[in-house]
Amino acid sequence: MRKHLLEVADLDRADATLVLDTTAQIEQALAGREVKKLPTLRGRTVVNLFFEDSTRTRISFELAAKRLSADVINFSAKGSSVSKGESLKDTALTLEAMGADGIVVRHSASGAPHRLAQWVQGSVVNAGDGTHEHPTQALLDAYTIRQRLGRLDGVRVAVVGDVLHSRVARSNVGLLTTLGAEVTLVAPPTLLPVGVETWPVTVSYDLDAVLPKADVVMMLRVQAERMNASFFPSAREYSRRYGLDGRRMAVLPDDAIVMHPGPMNRGMEIAAEVADSPRSTIVAQVGNGVSVRMAVLYLLLGGAPE
Amino acid sequence: MTMSSELPAPPVPPLLSAEDVARVVDRVAHQLIEKAASHLADLVLVGIPTRGAPLARRLAARIEAFSGTPVDVGTVDITLYRDDLRLRGVRALEDTRLPDSGIDGRLVVLVDDVLFSGRSVRAALDALRDLGRPRAVQLAVLVDRGHRELPIRADYVGKNVPTSRTQKVEVHLAEIDGLDEVLLTGGEA
Amino acid sequence: MTLIKNVKPYGEEAVDIRITDGRITEMAPGLDGDDVLDGAGLIALPGLVDLHTHLREPGREDAETVETGSRAAALGGFTAVHAMANTDPVADTAGVVEQVWRLGQEAGLVDVVPVGAVTVGLGGTQLAELGAMADSAARVRVFSDDGHCVADPALMRRALEYVKALDGVVAQHAEEPRLTVGAQMNEGERSARLGLTGWPAAAEEAVIARDVLLAQHVGARLHVCHVSTAGSVDILRWAKARGVQVTAEVTPHHLLLTDELAETYDPVYKVNPPLRTDADVQALRAGLADGTIDAVATDHAPHAVEDKESEWAAARPGMLGLEQALSIVVQTMVEPGLLNWRGVADRMSVRPAAIGRLETHGRPLAVGEPANLLLLDPAHSAVVDPAALASRSRNSPYAGRELPGRVVATFLRGVPTVLDGKAQK
Repeated sequence: MRKHLLEVADLDRADATLVLDTTAQIEQALAGREVKKLPTLRGRTVVNLFFEDSTRTRISFELAAKRLSADVINFSAKGSSVSKGESLKDTALTLEAMGADGIVVRHSASGAPHRLAQWVQGSVVNAGDGTHEHPTQALLDAYTIRQRLGRLDGVRVAVVGDVLHSRVARSNVGLLTTLGAEVTLVAPPTLLPVGVETWPVTVSYDLDAVLPKADVVMMLRVQAERMNASFFPSAREYSRRYGLDGRRMAVLPDDAIVMHPGPMNRGMEIAAEVADSPRSTIVAQVGNGVSVRMAVLYLLLGGAPE
Repeated sequence: MTMSSELPAPPVPPLLSAEDVARVVDRVAHQLIEKAASHLADLVLVGIPTRGAPLARRLAARIEAFSGTPVDVGTVDITLYRDDLRLRGVRALEDTRLPDSGIDGRLVVLVDDVLFSGRSVRAALDALRDLGRPRAVQLAVLVDRGHRELPIRADYVGKNVPTSRTQKVEVHLAEIDGLDEVLLTGGEA
Repeated sequence: MTLIKNVKPYGEEAVDIRITDGRITEMAPGLDGDDVLDGAGLIALPGLVDLHTHLREPGREDAETVETGSRAAALGGFTAVHAMANTDPVADTAGVVEQVWRLGQEAGLVDVVPVGAVTVGLGGTQLAELGAMADSAARVRVFSDDGHCVADPALMRRALEYVKALDGVVAQHAEEPRLTVGAQMNEGERSARLGLTGWPAAAEEAVIARDVLLAQHVGARLHVCHVSTAGSVDILRWAKARGVQVTAEVTPHHLLLTDELAETYDPVYKVNPPLRTDADVQALRAGLADGTIDAVATDHAPHAVEDKESEWAAARPGMLGLEQALSIVVQTMVEPGLLNWRGVADRMSVRPAAIGRLETHGRPLAVGEPANLLLLDPAHSAVVDPAALASRSRNSPYAGRELPGRVVATFLRGVPTVLDGKAQK
């Protein structure tokens, strides 16, 4: 394992498998226990540095760190005078002075965790940066798929929606293909990045054609403001062409699962009956998120400091 | 590199052969039956991965063979409880599995291959504390090589082996390594 | 009076060059005299002319001043630089351009030629008083909203027409703003992967195509700033073949660097227009070699540390260029055989001086001509150390790179501004 987890390219297949296996072992070690706490990171300090609101991701990392007995500091920089970049470096130096062993960073600017990693000694974990990556989300998605389907190699995953602006999609494409899954991106052409043809994926504009051959359907959140920028004509048209409703869910193979990184727009990209169906792994994804993040923190911070 | 270092190392006669290992396991199984006496159903053998786990399963099998009573077996991975992670670096985790009936109120015998500093056993005791509240905890090891760094001793010892700190005790078990043997390598005796 | 011994004008036969009263008075072998400078192994070129420099004064004197920028220019072999108008206040009145011009005169290291803004406050809606700037002491001939595109086609047409009366030229920053909202880097496979908003080549090419048609329609001169794409080179080639009065410049960084550098997320590589692909770099070199692109212009853009030590998206675009421009041209054009030394003189001195209507710059190395020249040691190479730069800023994308060529001396009207590689004031 490298020192930081900035993007999924930091993980080769062996590393990624190690994270997933470690996650499974941690879940097993904690299953049914009254004391859901391990002493592994006692005396280590983890800072949750969130420049962007994301209560669910922050809580997930916080719980993961606390279950490993790390000291956790939540540093919410949103709303303070952190519109200018200089503050990122100042913040980094402050954290450095506090002796942070691990920094979990969420930022609206792509690449901010890379910059941070150049300025601090501790390990940096990217908790989502701009439209770049969200590696722990991809790890928890991969873990959830493996948990439900028993494998990743050869699993057919359809990633549906706003790929262009989605860090979740970028991380999942990289990680799932590293782990042997076959990824198909499904979106209107306006929501696919230029150059997507160089990605190791299949691209389709037709959700109905993809669903019968999908083991996993991963729905991405579509933000309504994209409508105003003419990425698609209307929410209704988007939902009709790319939304997952009960009728579409019915054509999925028997064991296929439906995933969503949350938060969902029910009625937009996913219908309530789909989100609440037995195929849905949305609740499991949240639970797995804590275990995956424990595994990542253990693997990055558990060992000898450099 | 000198010429001599390119020569194959002379074969080291094993400290314990496959037959020795089998005999030692049988002896410890008998001792456990004797100690646990009427409480055999209460006994849980908990192996410390990696090689403590198959040893615990073998002991259980022998106890059942000798006494006719099946014995519960589990494993507890101690990696997340180690106090020397910073020195050794992280490693992949192994299974932690306890019998469905748990360990509360029972006699837990920790099983490991080699007893050295005692730090693994301490970590295992910490892990057990988070997993339940046994009536008593005992320790069985295949080899005790001395050099304790903590006030810990084994209740059942397959073989006591005086060693120097620089030597290595290598335990090979068929389930993992393809054959049973215990080697003493390196350093000065 | 100076006598330069055994120097090779344009890298050709070695001669001695005598400079008297600001002019070249003799060029022949075996001259005698006092104040001798040994030119053995050195190449003499006409003093370089930059069409595109940001000197930041007035307004951001923490990043650069006319004086520090002039010193950087002289060290780079320049004898004239055009100072872009996006200062604070904007150089959109006779008063501001005269101030910049005067500061340049006081610094006395290069001729600082102010560029006037095309529109008031670079706002893109109302023409600035172009005539007043042209008639001022600064004698402005190049007008540009650089940093912003004159995007309104009707306004661009009027600007092109209006400057005809001033013998001026509009230097367009070609960037269709609606196609580059939030743009951070070249749009392509890398921007998609890095999650940085793309700046499509078409946003530059569409404006160039529009502007060459407008220039032809109204019979005006057009200059295109910092051409960065292969498609732009094709459009310029087409326009020149049709007789459009269009000239164009390319920056040193677009001749050398590619968008691969964005993968570091280090904003020292953030620039506008952005670094493009290797195919674009090759097309730009070919375009400069065949004359489709007329000039190398630095787009020297100093930025204070806090404007670059940040997240990529928060950083200001731009990079230093004056001190390394000639070295980059040597590496990318001379060494591969795309341009000889006369070609270098043409693209870095003769043509930019002609575009800017500078009468005493870009002149040949010949008896009777103004003694604006530089001496280059082509055999020298060195690793760029940003801390050693004369610019007040440190945002050089060449830090740590070994580059060929060293400007040993620069003469402005016969007065050495640089000797032995050191600025003389």
